[in-house]
Amino acid sequence: MTDIERHQYDVVVIGAGGAGLRAAIEARMQGKKTAIISKSLFGKAHTVMAEGGAAAAMGNVNPNDNWKVHFRDTMRGGKFLNNWRMAELHAKEAPDRVWELEAWGALFDRTKDGKISQRNFGGHEYPRLAHVGDRTGLELIRTTQQKIVALQQEDHAEFGDYDARIKVWAETTVTRLLKNGDKIAGVFAYVRETGKFVVLEAPAVVLATGGIGKAFKVTSNSWEYTGDGHALALLSGATLLNMEFVQFHPTGMVWPPSVKGILVTESVRGDGGVLRNSDGKRFMFDYIPDVFKDKYATTEEEGDRWYTDADNNRRPPELLPRDEVARAINSEVKAGRGSPHGGVFLDVSSRMPAEEIKRRLPSMHHQFKELADVDITAEPMEVGPTCHYVMGGVEVDADTGAALVPGLFAAGECSGGMHGSNRLGGNSLTDLLVFGRRAGVGAAEYVDALGEDRPAVLEDEVAAASEEALAPFEREGGENPYTVHAELQQTMNDLVGIIRKEEELKEALDALVKLRQRVANVSVQGGRGYHPGWHLALDLRNMLLVSECIAKAALEREESRGGHTRDDHPGMSAEWRKVNLICRLAGESVDLHRQPAEPMREDLIDLFETDELKKYLTEDELPKEQDA
Amino acid sequence: MSYEAKFRIWRGDAGEGSLEDFSVEVNEGEVVLDIIHRVQATQAPDLAVRWNCKAGKCGSCSAEINGMPRLLCMTRMSTFAQDEVVTVTPIRTFPVIRDLVTDVSFNYEKARQVPSFDPGDVKPGEFRMQQQDVERSQEFRKCIECFLCNNVCHVIRDHEENKESFAGPRFLMRVAELEMHPADVADRREIAQEDFGLGFCNITKCCTEVCPEHIKITDNALIPLKERVVGRRYDPVVWLGSKLGIVRKGQDTPKA
Amino acid sequence: MSTLEAPVTKKRAQIKERTLRTDNWRKAPIITFVIFTSWVVYATVRAMMGKWYWVEEYHYLTPFYSPCVSEACAPEAADFGRFIPELPFFVPFAAISLPFLLLFRLTCYYYRKAYYRSFWASPPGCAVREPHGKYTGERRFPLIGQNLHRYFWAAAFLISLVNTWDALKAFHGKDGGFGIGLGTLILVTNVILLWAYTLSCHTCRHIVGGRLKNFSKHPVRYWAWGQVSKLNERHGQFALITLGSLVVADLYVALVSGGAISDLRIFN
Repeated sequence: MTDIERHQYDVVVIGAGGAGLRAAIEARMQGKKTAIISKSLFGKAHTVMAEGGAAAAMGNVNPNDNWKVHFRDTMRGGKFLNNWRMAELHAKEAPDRVWELEAWGALFDRTKDGKISQRNFGGHEYPRLAHVGDRTGLELIRTTQQKIVALQQEDHAEFGDYDARIKVWAETTVTRLLKNGDKIAGVFAYVRETGKFVVLEAPAVVLATGGIGKAFKVTSNSWEYTGDGHALALLSGATLLNMEFVQFHPTGMVWPPSVKGILVTESVRGDGGVLRNSDGKRFMFDYIPDVFKDKYATTEEEGDRWYTDADNNRRPPELLPRDEVARAINSEVKAGRGSPHGGVFLDVSSRMPAEEIKRRLPSMHHQFKELADVDITAEPMEVGPTCHYVMGGVEVDADTGAALVPGLFAAGECSGGMHGSNRLGGNSLTDLLVFGRRAGVGAAEYVDALGEDRPAVLEDEVAAASEEALAPFEREGGENPYTVHAELQQTMNDLVGIIRKEEELKEALDALVKLRQRVANVSVQGGRGYHPGWHLALDLRNMLLVSECIAKAALEREESRGGHTRDDHPGMSAEWRKVNLICRLAGESVDLHRQPAEPMREDLIDLFETDELKKYLTEDELPKEQDA
Repeated sequence: MSYEAKFRIWRGDAGEGSLEDFSVEVNEGEVVLDIIHRVQATQAPDLAVRWNCKAGKCGSCSAEINGMPRLLCMTRMSTFAQDEVVTVTPIRTFPVIRDLVTDVSFNYEKARQVPSFDPGDVKPGEFRMQQQDVERSQEFRKCIECFLCNNVCHVIRDHEENKESFAGPRFLMRVAELEMHPADVADRREIAQEDFGLGFCNITKCCTEVCPEHIKITDNALIPLKERVVGRRYDPVVWLGSKLGIVRKGQDTPKA
Repeated sequence: MSTLEAPVTKKRAQIKERTLRTDNWRKAPIITFVIFTSWVVYATVRAMMGKWYWVEEYHYLTPFYSPCVSEACAPEAADFGRFIPELPFFVPFAAISLPFLLLFRLTCYYYRKAYYRSFWASPPGCAVREPHGKYTGERRFPLIGQNLHRYFWAAAFLISLVNTWDALKAFHGKDGGFGIGLGTLILVTNVILLWAYTLSCHTCRHIVGGRLKNFSKHPVRYWAWGQVSKLNERHGQFALITLGSLVVADLYVALVSGGAISDLRIFN
C-alpha cells in the first residue's frame, strides 16, 4: 500500500454541508487540526436547496416566542418521538447559532427595527424562520464557507499556509471508517479527480453526510445523498435509530419529468399560497387531524385573515406539518381529483400581485420559469410529494453527538432523534448549526481526553478497504450500476414509499435480498479518474444497507406516525411511542431490535397541558394529577 | 413527444481530446443535463460530468453549449431546433480534468485572498441593519459560484498570463459585496485595484450576460466598485483634499 | 483545494475553433461600428462647417454649436459671450463644450463596452476569442484616464443646463413673442433625452447615493439613488437614442437654417 498517501489530523469531518462546516469550524476554533471531506466542490452541498429559513425563537417578530414554545412545536411536529434532550438543546441554542452567522457576514432579511426578520412556517406557532428571500440554505453555506476561509486566512497569516489547520478535501469520498480495536483511527477515501486513494489518520471522525434520498426514485435530494454516513456508521459498528421515518415533502415539482421531485418551498404556503384540487377546492380543510383541530382555521375566511392578523385567527390548514399535507395530497390524487400530471395545484397567482410574488419568492419564480416554463405569477404550480428528508439516523448522545463507537460523532440529517417521527420545516438549518457545533466540541474534547494515546491505522484495514473499492473494476461482465440503482429506487418508491403495507414491505425485503446479490456483482470499465459509474457502484452498497434498515423498521413499527404511514395500522399508538427501533450490522445484512425510549424530563413534560399529552402518552406516563 | 437529437460532446483528458458524436433520445421537458445523463447511462458510462442539485441552485454543472457558457441543468432542450446539432464542451478558461469536468481551483485560490467580513467590535445578536442597507449585498450573495462569469471574462479566458493578477468578476463582486455590507468596517478599495485587478475589467458585460442568477454584476457591482476606487485613487480633488487635510484618509485593508 | 499531487501543469481543453457559438454574434459589433462611425463623420463635418447652426427667426440653435462662444458666432446665438477668437475651421464654435461632451461619451461605461467590443474586438462577443496577444485593460495610460469620467459628467451636466436654456429660447415666435414650431418640439425632446442620458450615468448614480454605505441614514439620497438606478438600467438605450436625437435636432436646424425646408409652425 505504498501508493496510498497518508495525512494526519485531529478531527476529520465527512460532509461539507451546514453541519459539516459548522462542526469543522468548531473543531478548528478549539485548536484542532481539521479536515473537511466533501463529495462535491466546496460550497455546493445540498444545504443550498433549503429555502424557507432557519427556525430560531429569537422573538423578533412576535415577542411571545421563546425556546419553550419552539420546543413544544418541535415535539408536537415529531409526534413526541423526538429525543427530547436534543429538541431542548436545539430550541435553546438556535438563536445564538443564527446570530453567530450574522457576525460571520450573513445578511438575513430585516424587520423594521433592524433585527433579523422571521417568517411563518408549517408547524411553528409564531413567525420564527430567519430567512433570506427563499435562498436561506445558500446563505448558510456561503457564510460558513466564508468563515472557514476567514480561519484559513488567519492560519495563512500565522503559518504561511492556508491549509495549516483546516483543509478542505473537495471531491473526495470516504468509503470506509478505519478502526483499531473498538476505536476510530481514521478514514479511507478516494479522490474523485484522480481516483487515487488516501488515508486520513484521525482519532475523531464527525459524520455529516446528510440523507438517503437517492434510494428513492422521486426525491428532492441530489446524487450525493446516498446514505454514506448512515452506512459508514453501520459498517463501523454504530447503530441507526428509527430509520422508518422518511419525510416526503408535500410539494415537489411533478412536471416536466426531468425535474420531478425538485422542491417547491413551503414558504409559498407560508406567504399565502393555497392548495387546490382539480375541482378548485381548498381541500386541506378536510384533512385537519384531531390532534390539531383547535390550532387550525376551519373556514377559508379565517385562514385568510391569519396572514395579516395571526394573534386573533387560527392558521390555514395548508400550514399543517409536512406529513399531514403530503398524505392529503396523496389522497386527493388517488381519489381522481389531481392535476393533469398527477399532483395538485399550488396557487399564489390569485393571492397576491405579480410584483409581490417576484419579491417574496424570487427563486421559486425563477425555478418555475426556467425549469418548467411556468409563470407562477400567472398560473398555479403543479405539485406532489417527494422524498425529502430522513428523520432516522445515527444514534448519538444529544450533548456531544457521540455515536456508540468511540471517536465517532454525527450531526445533521445523518444523525437521528432530534426530529422524532417528522421534522418541522426550518428546524433542519438550525439543527445543522446547533448539533454541528456540538459535534465539533464533542470531537475536540474526545481528542483531548485521548492525549497521546491515539489509535494507529492498521495496514490490513487499509488493504481491505482498497480491495473493496477496486472490486468493481476486477469483476468482468457484471451489471451496469445505473440499471441496478434504477431498480433499487423503483423498489423503494413503490413498496416503501409514503403509504406502506405489510405485504408490500415484505415484498420489498425480498427484492432487496435479490438486489444485494446484484449490487455485489456490478462492474465498471475504464480508468479511475473522475469515473461516475465507479462512484455509483461504490455508493450502491450504502444505499442498499440504508434501504434494508428503512424497510425492516417500517415493517416492524405497526402504527402510523409522522413520516411513517401504515395503511394496515392507520392509528398512532401511545405504546409504540415508547419504542425506538435500532438497526445494526449483522454479517452482510442488518438486524433490528426494539429499545425503550427514555422518559421525558419532568420540567419539560410540565411545559405541556395534560390534555395534549393524553393524545401521545400512555396513562402511566402522564404526570400525576395534583390534588386540588 | 420524443425525438433523436444529435449531440457533439467534447471528450478527453489532460487537454487532449475531441468532439464525439452521439445520437440520443430527447423527451418533452428535458434539459441538456438529462441528455448527458442519458448518454452516460446508455452509451458512455464513464462520461465525466460534474453536477449536483439539478435545479440551478448549486452551480456545479457549468459548461459551454453551442459555444455559450451555460448551466447544463438550466438549458432546456426546447430552446433548440430538433435537427440542430448541440455541441457541449467543458468551460474553456480552466484546465480540463476529464470530458466536461474542469479544475476550478483558480476560483478557490482567489476566494482566499479577499479579506473576510470584518464587523469591528459588534457582538453577535447586536447587529441592527435596515432592509434597504442589506439589499445591495444580498443581490451579490445570490451568487451560486458556478464561475461562468470568470470563465467568460476575456481578461483570463484569452490571456492565461493575467490569471495571476486578476480575480475575475466573481471575486471583484465579492469585494463589492463586502464594501457595501452595512456592518463591515474594512476598506478593500486599494487592493481591489492593486491585487484583484479591477483595472483589467473593461466592462464589456459578458459576465452579466452569462450569469444564471441574473445578477447585474457589471452595473451593480463592478462599476460601483470602480467608482469607489476612483474616489480612493484617481480623483484629483480627493487627492488634493487629503493633501490639505480636508479629506480624512482611512486605513487600507491588506490582501489576505 | 484537494488534489493529491502538485498539479502537473494541467491544460485547458484544446479546442481550435475561435468560438463554437452558432448564433450571429458578429451582427451586434458590426451594427455598432457602422452607427458610431457614421455618427462621428456626420458630427465632425457639421461641427466644422461653421454655418447653418442658427435659425434667427425662431431662435433655434443646434446643440452642436451650443454654447456658441466663438467671435464668429451670430451675436443673437451667443448668450454666453463670444470670448474665443475666430480660429481655423477645424476648431468648432462650441470649442468649450464639444471636447467635454466627446470625453463624457468616450469615458461613459456604456460606450466603453460598445467600442471595446466593436472597434477593438476586445472581445468581439462573449466567449469569442479576441485577436490580441496581450491585454492590459484600463490600468495604464491612456485608458487609465477613463477614471476621470466623473469630471466629464460634471461638465456634461453643466452643458445640459445650457442646452435646456437653448430649448427654452426656442419657444420663440415670428413676432418676437411666444411661439412653438416643430423645431421647438425637436429641441425640447432632444434636451429631455440628453438629461435622461446624463442623469442615468453610472457616475451620477455613485455620486447621488451609491457611494454611501448606509442608505437608511440618508433617506433623500436613497430615494434619489433609487430613481437614478431605474434610469440607469436604460443608460445604454439613452446613449444610443441621444445619438439619434442629436442628429435629428442638428439636421433639422441645419435644413431650416439653410432654407432647404421651412419650419412647421404650430403656434405663432
